Amino acid sequence: MKKVLVLALAVMLLLSAAVPAMATAKPLEGGFIPVIPLGVAHQFWQAVKMGAEQAAEEYGVTIVFDGPQEETMVDKQVDILRANLTNENLIAVCMAAIDEQSVLTDLTAVKEKGMPVVGFDAGCGAIADAHCSTSNYAAGELAAQNAIRLLNGEGKIAIVGHSQTVVDAVARVKGFVDYIQANSKIEIVDTQYGDGDHLKSADIAKSMLIANPDIDLIYASNEGACVGAYNGLKEINMIGKVMLIGFDSSAAMKAGVRNGEIAGAITQDPVGMGYKAVATACKLVLGEPVEGEVNENGTIVVDTGCYWYDATNMDEAHIAPLLYD
Amino acid sequence: MTKTNNRSATQLLIIVSVLIVMFAFFALMKPGFASYINVMTIALSTCVNGLLALGVTFVITTAGIDLSIGTTMTFSCVMSGIAFTSWGFPIGLAIAFGFLVGAACGGTSGFAVAKMKLPPFIATLAMQMMTKGLSLVVSGIKPVYFTAAPNYQKIALGGFLGIDGFYNAFVLFILGIAIAYVLYSRTLLGRYTQAIGSNEESARLSGINTTRWKMLVYMVSGLFSAFAGLIMSSRLGSAQPQLGAGYESEAIAAAVIGGTSMSGGEGSIPGTVIGAFIISVLTNGLRSMAVTTEWQTVVTGMVLAGAVYFDLLRKRGRAN
Repeated sequence: MKKVLVLALAVMLLLSAAVPAMATAKPLEGGFIPVIPLGVAHQFWQAVKMGAEQAAEEYGVTIVFDGPQEETMVDKQVDILRANLTNENLIAVCMAAIDEQSVLTDLTAVKEKGMPVVGFDAGCGAIADAHCSTSNYAAGELAAQNAIRLLNGEGKIAIVGHSQTVVDAVARVKGFVDYIQANSKIEIVDTQYGDGDHLKSADIAKSMLIANPDIDLIYASNEGACVGAYNGLKEINMIGKVMLIGFDSSAAMKAGVRNGEIAGAITQDPVGMGYKAVATACKLVLGEPVEGEVNENGTIVVDTGCYWYDATNMDEAHIAPLLYD
Repeated sequence: MTKTNNRSATQLLIIVSVLIVMFAFFALMKPGFASYINVMTIALSTCVNGLLALGVTFVITTAGIDLSIGTTMTFSCVMSGIAFTSWGFPIGLAIAFGFLVGAACGGTSGFAVAKMKLPPFIATLAMQMMTKGLSLVVSGIKPVYFTAAPNYQKIALGGFLGIDGFYNAFVLFILGIAIAYVLYSRTLLGRYTQAIGSNEESARLSGINTTRWKMLVYMVSGLFSAFAGLIMSSRLGSAQPQLGAGYESEAIAAAVIGGTSMSGGEGSIPGTVIGAFIISVLTNGLRSMAVTTEWQTVVTGMVLAGAVYFDLLRKRGRAN
């Protein structure tokens, strides 16, 4: 009797596994492209997914958007890639690899079968045929353009950076600094790094202002730095006396931008990134040309763009979906 | 004694049947599922969780728990990597050092549980936090690469006896299973582990040095974590300091599905192995059907709940 119960339960469990599978698995209309992000938890990736699905519909391909639960589970991401490579309708792979080394063997095998590999966001290394991501240098320049506009071309700026080593972070600061120096008389008095930590960035903002009371504007290179600097300004009652511009978005940042206490920020275009990743993969399969500069590894670099947003435009249709909490 | 053996044999038969039915289901749904490459992919992804599960089977059998197995796995291979890249250890010595670190972490947890009388949940949670933090500190929050040891990745990914695609990692896993089986069923350590788990007080009263044996059990868990770390870091070619926390849940699930009782006193090494395969077959099967990570964890959770329910049914059956 117990054995019957056990087997029945096992069958029920298997069926319950099948039900969600049948609900979410798409019939294979054409080719299959796995789109594998660093993780799935952050809303940024959900925006990437939206764009990827749009492109998939346009090109008539089936995609699966699947990543590990945490953006640190390197081995699980490799497992996801390998499981999807067994799909008989595979035509290309889009991936943001947590660790390039770990996926090198599998992606090499994909390319040897003549299928394109497209990296997005962090990318998947030099092996990729194309890489779709934000040009962080150009994003820094866009921030600088707006800083110059806000200060009418002169004044003093301090920078609260996040990482001194991550390539993206370095580019955001360099693009900003180069543009400011080439196009204005603005003086950059101090640059410090807070690792994107809210508390650390707040302390940095405060000490920079105490050391240089005549700072007119602070540029923060990511969400953590910006919200940190925002909190720091509030703590020493400098809101309204010092302007703040930032990067990315969050609920706290959006609130600050909406009420004007944060003058504005740069947002990446995750929807565009997802769209371009899948579209580029499809174009490569079809042999169509892909717009972008070819870098030293032979990878076509596709800039997925960035936008400046502030209280005047943050609700517009092309900006709002890019801003997440 | 014979009755217990019959009951655990039945339990094993049940989960083996579940595994076979599950495998057959996915093989029918997806033509590529039963291919050699995919079966070896499943085998490879079972190795790490399987080794963690083998180690934690011992701990759970003593009615304890070890939440630090995932982060100890990471810490051991990070330390092994640091020894190799920064301290100039030859690779063999670095690997041995990793095992030493694992044993030390396990021994520390064991000390906290057995001598300081901390509840295992707390002691190993503290160890999880410490090893997690130390991995980040020691590595500077960057992966430690083993590229200077060109054959390091072959430890896991090389073809056994030159057979292409038959991963060494799987063979090492089988070795781990054999060691765990002998320890659990044929040595004093195994017998005393089960005695302590059934009734710690009577075990102590019958002359077993429960303090010493409990410490040893956590040390065994630490050693298996280090073993898992070797496979993981060899597979990836690097020690990734940020992963580890969260890996303990799948390992514990594997042990429990395999028949190891959370209330202690009984467990099964073959059962744990089958449990680990049930999880990896399920995960790989769902992935190959384009079911995303979110749904996979839902289903795995349901399977775990089902397995614990059977554990309860068996207990009630015994009481009657």
